[in-house]
Amino acid sequence: MAALNDILANGRIVAAHRPWPRAIVDAATWQAAIMHLHQGSWTLSGLWGEPDCVHMAVCESETNQFAVLSVESPNGRFPSVGQAHPPAIRLERAITDLFGLIPEGANDTRPWLDHGRWGVRAPLGANQPGPGAAGYEFLPAEGESLHQIAVGPVHAGIIEPGHFRFTANGEAVVRLEERLGYVHKGIESLMAGADLERAAKLAGRVSGDSTVAYALAFARAVEAAAQIEAPPRAHYVRALLAELERLANHFGDVGAICNDASFSMLQAHCAVLREHVLRTADACFSHRLMRDCIVPAGVATDLQPEGIAAIRALIDKVRQTFPALVRLYENTASLQDRTVTSGILKPALAQQFGAGGYVGRASGRAFDARRALPYPPYDKLRFDVPVLAEGDVNARVWIRIREVDQSLLLIEQILAQLPDGPVRIDIPARSGEGVAMVEGFRGDILVWLRLDETGRVTHCHLRDPSWFHWPLLEAAIEGNIVADFPLCNKSFNCSYSGHDL
Amino acid sequence: MRRLLFQGLVRPPLTEAKPKLDDEMKVLAARLNQAAQRRLGRSLSIREVDAGSCNGCELEIHALNNAFYDLERFGLHFVASPRHADVLLVTGPVTKNMREALERTYNATPSPKWVVAVGDCAFDGGIFAGSYAVEGGVGAVLTVDLHIKGCPPRPIDLLKGLLALMEAPTKPAVEGKTAVL
Repeated sequence: MAALNDILANGRIVAAHRPWPRAIVDAATWQAAIMHLHQGSWTLSGLWGEPDCVHMAVCESETNQFAVLSVESPNGRFPSVGQAHPPAIRLERAITDLFGLIPEGANDTRPWLDHGRWGVRAPLGANQPGPGAAGYEFLPAEGESLHQIAVGPVHAGIIEPGHFRFTANGEAVVRLEERLGYVHKGIESLMAGADLERAAKLAGRVSGDSTVAYALAFARAVEAAAQIEAPPRAHYVRALLAELERLANHFGDVGAICNDASFSMLQAHCAVLREHVLRTADACFSHRLMRDCIVPAGVATDLQPEGIAAIRALIDKVRQTFPALVRLYENTASLQDRTVTSGILKPALAQQFGAGGYVGRASGRAFDARRALPYPPYDKLRFDVPVLAEGDVNARVWIRIREVDQSLLLIEQILAQLPDGPVRIDIPARSGEGVAMVEGFRGDILVWLRLDETGRVTHCHLRDPSWFHWPLLEAAIEGNIVADFPLCNKSFNCSYSGHDL
Repeated sequence: MRRLLFQGLVRPPLTEAKPKLDDEMKVLAARLNQAAQRRLGRSLSIREVDAGSCNGCELEIHALNNAFYDLERFGLHFVASPRHADVLLVTGPVTKNMREALERTYNATPSPKWVVAVGDCAFDGGIFAGSYAVEGGVGAVLTVDLHIKGCPPRPIDLLKGLLALMEAPTKPAVEGKTAVL
């Protein structure tokens, strides 16, 4: 029954890879793995390239077992995953843009991150000078009385850049197609050859709103590769940072969603709560977004006794004010009229795409990396993973509201159990491969890397949860009115920077 | 809702509930008010452009609108179109994929206009400098009048930066120099 174990046994196991097994498999075994994804018995957690091979991270649902499978790409080709499993399509297009590897059998061969402006082709592969991709055709939508609306990359608000192409029939959206890649910074190329200090800073700048979660995922991947474990106190401080980040973002999101339904009063109150969290973080860790606080093998800043008091005061403040805001959200009919039944994401799609975070959990997919892969200290903490099945904007708001409660409970447990001792150890220069999955506020973040004998990063891939959320937004908006797009979009709150890398 | 609204009426504003920061901000507000009136009547419209930031700067720019900083009381406000803007607030190292959009936004902004670069990577590319995909700072594409450093800058630093821009005796861009805060 354990199909994943059979597939792994068919391949050559890479001993230096931790903590999940990695096997180099042949094309036939790779195809068998694709069938498991296609049938839904496995979930795709990541798909990324190297100059001469392609890797996929998968999770077997039945056994909750994770593994990495790799296939070599002779002549620059590999069997397409996206052909049978749509969540892989954009990841494959990105592999082609960055490494020049061609997915054989793929239906969509358009470029994705490469807009023809880098001056090089396949910058991480052959790296040849050239104009790259030119022109871009959006998918056609045919029918009577259809019109197109082009939006972006520069939007009206203070948000990140991306292009949305709507095809609408009157008010109703018939099709939305996204075009992303505008904020591609080439982080994967900057990672190659970086020392750990620089690489950790880069990881913390993949998506600013998830800087803690990225730093944590990167640190855990390094620790897996170097076969070390951070000190116990560091684990608790890290979890504290992660929960503060979750609180700040959830407050910001709940307010912003209500604002996009023109209910700005809740936005004003939620923004105040967010500011309280950021000021507390600043007081405790000397940075409002807690950037560069988590480093490989520990944390850079320890929590002082004054910090503990400040965080307790923050929890009291949230408990005093947030419930009234939740009641206001619940009891305002005009607001509910906008959020209930808008932008429904069907549970089957959330399952197929392995949607993480509030997007998945509002559509019945009860996945939380803190529970599925209980990294310390979450293995010693009690918390619920709220799940709803409605899949609308309202459900995504409620998941956030309930996660605020859980984060408060988690922070209280962390402060109560906080062990004494050092918060950082030395890292031996050791080669190896490491992988880590961490639950950010938006969903699960995957980091895979390889270290050389001097302890430098030779390759590092960071996969944002938004890779699987963006295509689902296209599905969720179908049939909704154009005016509800900002509302639906905010309820997903996908990261452009994290996706474009 | 009625109770929350009532509380808003009878409770003191949050800006005064935080005396330490607010003392600093009151001084800022007074200075900003004078400068804004002299330069542009009583308001300054800002168009924010993300040219490849990690979105950290956007979070702190958003914070300027919360009750603590309440940017609009200074006559500063964010607008949806570059056609309405006096200031372009640009973040990020300017990715090659965003260069054209940034230039078009600049060209759509009526003169006189100011360009403020926000964040360490907007200065010279910062940690992203040297990548095949970035231009290496806003200055590589547009003439920058003011640069506000930080990764990301705190909201209070952003406020100070906008004040400094308005207090500059002449428009620095004329001399081709960038003021750095």
